[in-house]
Amino acid sequence: MAAATALRQLAPLGARLTRIPPHGRAAGRLLQQQQRRGLRLSAPAAIQVTVRDALNQALDEELERDERVFLLGEEVAQYDGAYKISRGLWKKYGDKRVIDTPISEMGFAGIAVGAAMAGLRPVCEFMTFNFSMQAIDQVINSAAKTCYMSAGLIGVPIVFRGPNGAAAGVAAQHSQCFAAWYGHCPGLKVVSPWSSEDAKGLLKAAIRDDNPVVMLENELLYGVPFELSEQAQSKDFVIPIGKAKIEREGTHITLVSHSRLVGHCLEAASVLAKEGVECEVINMRTIRPMDIEAVEASIVKTNHLITVEGGWPQFGVGAEICARIMEGPAFNYLDAPAVRVTGTDVPMPYAKILEDSSTPQVKDIIFAVKKVLNI
Amino acid sequence: MRKMLLAVLSRVLQSPAAAAAGGKTASRVMVASRNYADFANEATFEIKKCDLHRLEEGPSTTTVMTREEGLQYYKTMQTIRRMELKSDQLYKQKIIRGFCHLYDGQEACCVGLEAAIKPTDHVITAYRAHGFTYTRGVPVREILAELTGRKGGCAKGKGGSMHMYTKNFYGGNGIVGAQVPLGAGVALACKYFGKNEICLTLYGDGAANQGQIFETYNMAALWKLPCIFICENNRYGMGTSVERAAASTEYYRRGDFIPGLRVDGMDVLCVREAGKFAAEYCRSGKGPIVMELQTYRYHGHSMSDPGISYRTREEIQEVRSKSDPITLLKDRMVNNNLASIEELKDIDVAVRKEIEEAAQFATTDPEPPLEELCNHIYFNEPPFEVRGANQWTRYKSAS
Repeated sequence: MAAATALRQLAPLGARLTRIPPHGRAAGRLLQQQQRRGLRLSAPAAIQVTVRDALNQALDEELERDERVFLLGEEVAQYDGAYKISRGLWKKYGDKRVIDTPISEMGFAGIAVGAAMAGLRPVCEFMTFNFSMQAIDQVINSAAKTCYMSAGLIGVPIVFRGPNGAAAGVAAQHSQCFAAWYGHCPGLKVVSPWSSEDAKGLLKAAIRDDNPVVMLENELLYGVPFELSEQAQSKDFVIPIGKAKIEREGTHITLVSHSRLVGHCLEAASVLAKEGVECEVINMRTIRPMDIEAVEASIVKTNHLITVEGGWPQFGVGAEICARIMEGPAFNYLDAPAVRVTGTDVPMPYAKILEDSSTPQVKDIIFAVKKVLNI
Repeated sequence: MRKMLLAVLSRVLQSPAAAAAGGKTASRVMVASRNYADFANEATFEIKKCDLHRLEEGPSTTTVMTREEGLQYYKTMQTIRRMELKSDQLYKQKIIRGFCHLYDGQEACCVGLEAAIKPTDHVITAYRAHGFTYTRGVPVREILAELTGRKGGCAKGKGGSMHMYTKNFYGGNGIVGAQVPLGAGVALACKYFGKNEICLTLYGDGAANQGQIFETYNMAALWKLPCIFICENNRYGMGTSVERAAASTEYYRRGDFIPGLRVDGMDVLCVREAGKFAAEYCRSGKGPIVMELQTYRYHGHSMSDPGISYRTREEIQEVRSKSDPITLLKDRMVNNNLASIEELKDIDVAVRKEIEEAAQFATTDPEPPLEELCNHIYFNEPPFEVRGANQWTRYKSAS
């Protein structure tokens, strides 16, 4: 029902769909009919799903699939999640599988890691990753390093997830991006989804992964609808961790980004396309292990690179990408130095006019492209 | 008198063939097949009463120990003692490097606790972990080889002194206090899986002031996790005595709403009884419990600490002469006719031999090969490449 309503609200996309698929019992009956006849009568349709709902579906599906999976964090159960990501899950799965914790990040993160060491598969939510700093010792020293220190005897199949980076008007202590911090450490996997497909596929992959995975979501993306293909709607849809995606093909310049700013890059690309500049936009999807080969292959084609991130410039994700490009074969294909577009090197201010200048805007990306291409 | 009796016995034992051939009476043969006939099978011991917090009753003040149990506890404690002294030696020879925190003096804690729980229960402790590593089942040679950084070590040489693991034993943790939430997490898994298992979560008097422990007390009590929080109070957190570190040194009460008991940690039977009491408490679903074991370490905090700048040699000597756990057990066994001094000396000799052989292995086993450097970064992962010191140096990582 929700899908049908959403579809009706999206005129251009709605026109592309041949038929609104039946739902509920009707869908089941249709499927049975089709299966009996050995054919499918309608082309399966893509639907619009918000990142929030995609994450919710992923959690629901993985909780159902594996009894060892459970969710813990502040307000995840009876409040339905601080950002409603876990809406309905406590009602469906109960106290054993969805656990409200007191405000004790270091404590409950450690408890989650210990549970993972003993064979469970926890999903540990940080209300925002700013609060993960309280627990960062457990993430790094207990979760990330234990497999190595024990020479492979003890695995830690845990997911740490929550919103990361800037939101809107939440000021300095609630706006930091931790991609570079967690991406620094061997033993961790770090993913950063942009679209609903990313969110769902990466969260499912993270839960199924036998290693500690840090999933950096973005609060401003939670309410944004994206198209979820039929394939992505499947209960077994996972996105491989460690593989980037080319969101838009181009020939003149490569824009590499992750999380919310992928959207900004695509916007910049469509503005620049009107001026005849075709940008190739790469969505990293994973921070560690980084898919640098995808960036290299793109540079071979476009000869120009801009990295775009929300975090601070010093020791950031962009700095790592540029260093690796310099060290690799793609360096010889660069016609200009690689450039980084980043958050301003300042604690996040509150006033809107200041906040707008503290995080990259579409105009900043366009400006950088023109600088690099000398136009 | 006993020596005479033994002499008679040995004469009898020396000639079983003659006895059989000579058609001697069956009773003589019976005597011959029963070794150490004059020892008791078991004895009852009085043990110190535990101080209680929020508990109506505590562990029993008498306990029965069989001869077999006594010999096993003795051998285990002696093995740990000699293993730690051997580690001291190897460290001074610079064959062991880095951190080395020795457990000698505290043997009754790990041996007593292991006697109170099952192999299917779980244990986690901090960095003074060699004793528990042994009682949880890792052979001495693998412990020493891990200390000397060889491939035969229990973590293939990649962990070292503070990072030894085995089934149902989660280390060996270097960050003070971090193991406590981990242990509660293991207990959560125990409750989740419903197999009636519990987790012993150990920490020291220094760690007892860590905030995350209080966060853990709260959650463990709230969710009734089957976790025994055990403070091994050896009176000093590195160089700081308990009086200088804690506003309240009654560590068994620090769990506040969690019941607690304070136990004589130098008496293996006291530890065992308290451990059994606590284990039963947890298994009954009542939630967590705190145990404070009053114990003592002879060595300094680590090998780089002589251990005499913050305490006197007299104090150390006094504990050694009055409260040594191995001596305490030995005296009990001999005085209650459970073993002879000679028998225990034989065990000492056998233990020394085992430790020597283990040390021999630990000093001759090769170091891990360079190919091992980047293995086990991830668990259950297809092989991938790892960057070395520069962009041209690449290693392979296998799981």
